Amino acid sequence: MSTRLSKGGRLIDRAHAIEISFNGKRLRGYRGDTLSAALLANDQMLVGRSFKYHRPRGIVASGAEEPNALVNLGAGARAEPNQRTTTTEAFDGLVAASQNHWPSLDYDIGAVNNLAARFLPAGFYYKTFIHPRPAWKHLFEPIIRRSAGLGKAPAEPDADRYEQVYAHCDLLVAGGGIAGLQAALIAGAAGARVMLLEQTAHWGGRAPVDGDVIDGKPAEEWITATLDALGKMENVTLKTRCMVAGVYDHGYVLAEERVADHTPGDGRPRKRLWRIRATRVLSATGALERPLAFAGNDIPGVMLASAVRDYVGNWAVSPGDRTVVVTNNDDAYRTAIALKEAGLEVPVIVDARAQANGALPQKARAMGIRVEAGRAIVKVKGGKRVTGVALGLMAGEGAVLEEIACDAVAMSGGWSPVVHLWSHCGGKLTWDRARAMFRPDAARPPLTQDGSALVIAAGAANGALTGAEALADAAEAGVAAVKSLDLKAKTTPIGKAEAVEEAMIEPVWMMPQGAKASLRMKMWLDFQNDVKVSDVQLAAREGYQSVEHTKRYTTLGMATDQGKLSNINGLAILADALNEDIPAVGTTTFRPPYTPVTIGALVGEARGEIFQPLRRTPMQGWHEAQGAYLEPVGLWRRPYCYPRAGETHEQAVNREILNTRANVGLLDASTLGKIIVRGPDAGRFLDMLYTNVMSSLPVGKCRYGLMCNEQGFLSDDGVVVRLAEDTWLCHTTSGGADRIHGWMEDWLQCEWWDWKVYTANVTEQYAQIAVAGPKARLVLEKLGGMDVSKETMPFMTFAEGELAGIPARVHRISFSGELSYEIAVPASHGLALWEKLVAAGAEFGVMPYGTEAMHIMRAEKGFIMIGDETDGTVIPQDLGLDWAISKKKADFLGKRGQERTYLASPDRWKLVGFETLDGSVIPDGAYVLDAGTNDYGFRKAQGRVTSTYHSPTLQKGIAMGLLRHGPQRMGEVVEFNTMAGGTVAARVVNPVFLDPNGEKQNG
Amino acid sequence: MAEPVSALGGAVFEGFATVREIGPLGMITLRAKPDVPGLEAAVRGAVGTGLPARRQMDWAKDRGCGWMSPDEYLLILPHAEVGRALAGIEAALKGQHFLAVDVSDARAVFRIEGEKADQVLRKLAPADLDAMAPGELRRSRIAQVAGAFWAGEGGYTLVVFRSVAGYVMGVLTHSAQPGSELA
Amino acid sequence: MLILECPYCGVKAEETELQPGGEAHLKRFGPGSSPEDFEAYMFARKNPKGVHFERWRHAYGCGKWFLAARCTATLEVFGTYPAQSPEPPADLVNKIKAKRPEWKGWK
Repeated sequence: MSTRLSKGGRLIDRAHAIEISFNGKRLRGYRGDTLSAALLANDQMLVGRSFKYHRPRGIVASGAEEPNALVNLGAGARAEPNQRTTTTEAFDGLVAASQNHWPSLDYDIGAVNNLAARFLPAGFYYKTFIHPRPAWKHLFEPIIRRSAGLGKAPAEPDADRYEQVYAHCDLLVAGGGIAGLQAALIAGAAGARVMLLEQTAHWGGRAPVDGDVIDGKPAEEWITATLDALGKMENVTLKTRCMVAGVYDHGYVLAEERVADHTPGDGRPRKRLWRIRATRVLSATGALERPLAFAGNDIPGVMLASAVRDYVGNWAVSPGDRTVVVTNNDDAYRTAIALKEAGLEVPVIVDARAQANGALPQKARAMGIRVEAGRAIVKVKGGKRVTGVALGLMAGEGAVLEEIACDAVAMSGGWSPVVHLWSHCGGKLTWDRARAMFRPDAARPPLTQDGSALVIAAGAANGALTGAEALADAAEAGVAAVKSLDLKAKTTPIGKAEAVEEAMIEPVWMMPQGAKASLRMKMWLDFQNDVKVSDVQLAAREGYQSVEHTKRYTTLGMATDQGKLSNINGLAILADALNEDIPAVGTTTFRPPYTPVTIGALVGEARGEIFQPLRRTPMQGWHEAQGAYLEPVGLWRRPYCYPRAGETHEQAVNREILNTRANVGLLDASTLGKIIVRGPDAGRFLDMLYTNVMSSLPVGKCRYGLMCNEQGFLSDDGVVVRLAEDTWLCHTTSGGADRIHGWMEDWLQCEWWDWKVYTANVTEQYAQIAVAGPKARLVLEKLGGMDVSKETMPFMTFAEGELAGIPARVHRISFSGELSYEIAVPASHGLALWEKLVAAGAEFGVMPYGTEAMHIMRAEKGFIMIGDETDGTVIPQDLGLDWAISKKKADFLGKRGQERTYLASPDRWKLVGFETLDGSVIPDGAYVLDAGTNDYGFRKAQGRVTSTYHSPTLQKGIAMGLLRHGPQRMGEVVEFNTMAGGTVAARVVNPVFLDPNGEKQNG
Repeated sequence: MAEPVSALGGAVFEGFATVREIGPLGMITLRAKPDVPGLEAAVRGAVGTGLPARRQMDWAKDRGCGWMSPDEYLLILPHAEVGRALAGIEAALKGQHFLAVDVSDARAVFRIEGEKADQVLRKLAPADLDAMAPGELRRSRIAQVAGAFWAGEGGYTLVVFRSVAGYVMGVLTHSAQPGSELA
Repeated sequence: MLILECPYCGVKAEETELQPGGEAHLKRFGPGSSPEDFEAYMFARKNPKGVHFERWRHAYGCGKWFLAARCTATLEVFGTYPAQSPEPPADLVNKIKAKRPEWKGWK
């Protein structure tokens, strides 16, 4: 059984006991434990079930590479699924629950899949569920979906806060082991801005557990001294619990900091996403130990040799009383020695190599440990935990020579450098045959913006696996990094680790070498996704040659651990099955993030009220206080209508229209774009921008104008005002202000840069209020301060002055067809003017009206709306706006586009009005039906509706739309399709339904 | 005449740094190339400063002139003086190609103060604050909106568009939460 | 996530501060141009693997458009220069030629 040792544990604080809960069981631990350590200390070997066969799963690793020990952490609004127990810091009150089983971890019905495992090989789903076709949608998919996935998504909104932060540095060092510390020290001493990030809560990496001796002292002392020196450097930032997730183009680096994962609810943000810009990245991310593939290697109790060592050394936890060590290299002997030194039994070290005579094997033998070279584990015995191993010859087919009882197995298939950060941005790897590993190819690094290397690998991440090698390599890398930053390296102490001679590794991808099929079906490569040696071999037999295809076919390496343990073993099996060299098969692509990043961190502050910037006019608070129903217009939220108690939105809209037509209404038009254009060439510029002539507009006058893109399609419209001889004010649509200002600047900067024109977007400088209706003038006269009479201020003119003591520019323009004034005042006076208008208008029956009333009133008047009558394929000529297109101008934006034969065709659909014969409203988006059907069996169309409303003024359905030869077909009755599948008949009419001579607006 | 009101009426949040909406502050966008005759005198007449160098702000007490782009300056002055300053610029630059407009009310201005004020901005802007020169005016992105800021007097001054003042107050408040200090 | 130095204000802006504007050095064809010229101006865009010239606007900064030469495969940036340039500056062209001898020129 696994248990807590009475002595030792460098990371735990025995003075502080904690209590955690796992599946409702209360377990004791110590401050400093990981959740894994606490579980093992309480003999909780079984922690989950595998994805496909629901096989019992125990803890395999001690760090980020853990594939099995995924749990649901926390409860309610703090629940988080799929958390690795190996990287979760335990704290008093922690609540965890295992996943992927029903009804319980010990008795899981889904484990029936395990019994059927031989009928569920790789590609099973693809082969089985393809016929009959309808069964997928109605039968197979719902069942598979229900059983898919690991943990459950939390049901409540996340109670925690998350944030992001930007940082900039010369050198980002990823990994706070001895290599990272050494490199950071060199770069820091040279004056570089350094960030050193470590994913765990502790510095120093594996060196202390591996027993490294640096400068004649235990590694721990060197680590403390180096940290101390780094801490004194103002140019160095040190962060633990901060995982470098990805390296992207031009030195963009994402890192996730676990700020309050271990102190939930203490008010700090739970996680923080660091968005870093680094000139260079130094990857000192260490190496990961590989499992060995032997039958039963997935039974709880089989662990990585280094992990066993970690649990004993760091947390004083023994995974078993009797641990068999199995290896193909010398490093695993350290585990056997550590176990023995902790007073635990190691019945045998099984070494696949023919000989085991290095310094470490000799030391182990001297301690009395039995070493069996040339041997293999044929099979692990046990169900929910290991009970023993059967040994045989490595060179054999699996004949059992001996059985040995044990309760844990420590395996080591050698080490793979963590090359993720090197590879994310395109760094290439080389296969080191002698050491049986892929390591960074220094000649083919990822590149940054000037074409130089972005990433430098150091230490074990660069293939320098031992402490002595790693420090020497890191020193070299640190100096190289300093040089690449155009800095000078200062004399810096370089740690020197005692070299321990290690004999060469012998690659072992399967154990024993000639294992028969029944064993290969029990050799796990990917523990989480249940991919075995036999699955990869099957994929090869079925013709999969690319490692990327094999990955997707078998799901090897596609689990949440992204194949940290399985990829190299899997591709070696594939290479063997294909009779290829390992480098010829190559690796799959390493993609960020290194380990999963919580979505909350990626979202950062963008939640709730600040999910996106909502733009507010100066009168927004007033609208909200009135209970206005708001609709999105770009990032604005404009009042759609102002419903009164008991009113539906439709009733409110109708009331607002009728009141505006009979009395007077107020519209908050502040969102309209306002751009000042000034300069000697401003007139010439606007003549290019608008389809009509703006240079001839007299000072003091207003003119409606259209803008097209270079294809000739309508892009925006609005009223242009000539403020002065050299100054115009261009109104744009609400959604178009920034776009049109950018469009103007684009042409001025990039095409006509010698023209003397300046623009300024003053949209937000002014609040703008439309006062519309037959009594509008009376309201303004009551406010006083300006002569707004018909004589002084006729239609399509403007004047500047003071209204009720507020500086104002009053335009006589109308989008409603009523007598209308649009008043612009500085935004800081917007609310004041609005309130004065409401007060002054009371006796005239003033009411605010919203965007829907505005839309309907303009439709009654036959005015087009950008986005309704236009959709990016409509030219002004389609809308009968030929009067607004200059025939005289040699050029304007869109003129050449409109000359294209397709756009000049007389057969284009053109704007008309429609009135239904029965008074109903034509459905939005309805087509005008034509005779016959098209190739797909649909009725042909000869037009479509673009705006359709119930007009409260006219008491009937009115619509605008585009119809082939429309203007020549007045009076004709056409048919529209309806949602119900029927048709509705409508008469083609003039689109101006109200006051065609403009007597109201001109009045 | 009624008193002008700022977008948030002087909202305040006390976190690990203090966030305050200030203003209304007078602002003029002045577009002209630096070699326009009389430009320097016009700026001096309006705010009392010279023409700032690239990305710099020049100050004369509470009045300032910032470099916004090769042909744009931002003049800062008391709100009530904008009209007079604009008239002065118009007179000083008569006949020259330029554009001067009042943008005071198109903006919202925030002060972020305290020893760790920089951390609030570091959470929102991709700009390298440590690389800012003394007196630098930095235009950048504040979460999802445009903003310009400069350091001084124990904190930072941040200028954004008026319509998003509430959003910016929201992200500043989020970033200044007690307990979320970076170090 | 590119970093491009704005040639106007000198800020090393990151991609989120910039707005992309497509291919640089297009010649506008207006009224009177042939259908072929107009079509090419409107729709024909280069899509090279290698050296490319692009328009970018320092949208969250000084607001100016500028041009950039970069490698679409490695994302190496050879240089940025003002939008008011009918063609890439000679020293930039020479720099690219030195780095990419196989490059056939910007036209």
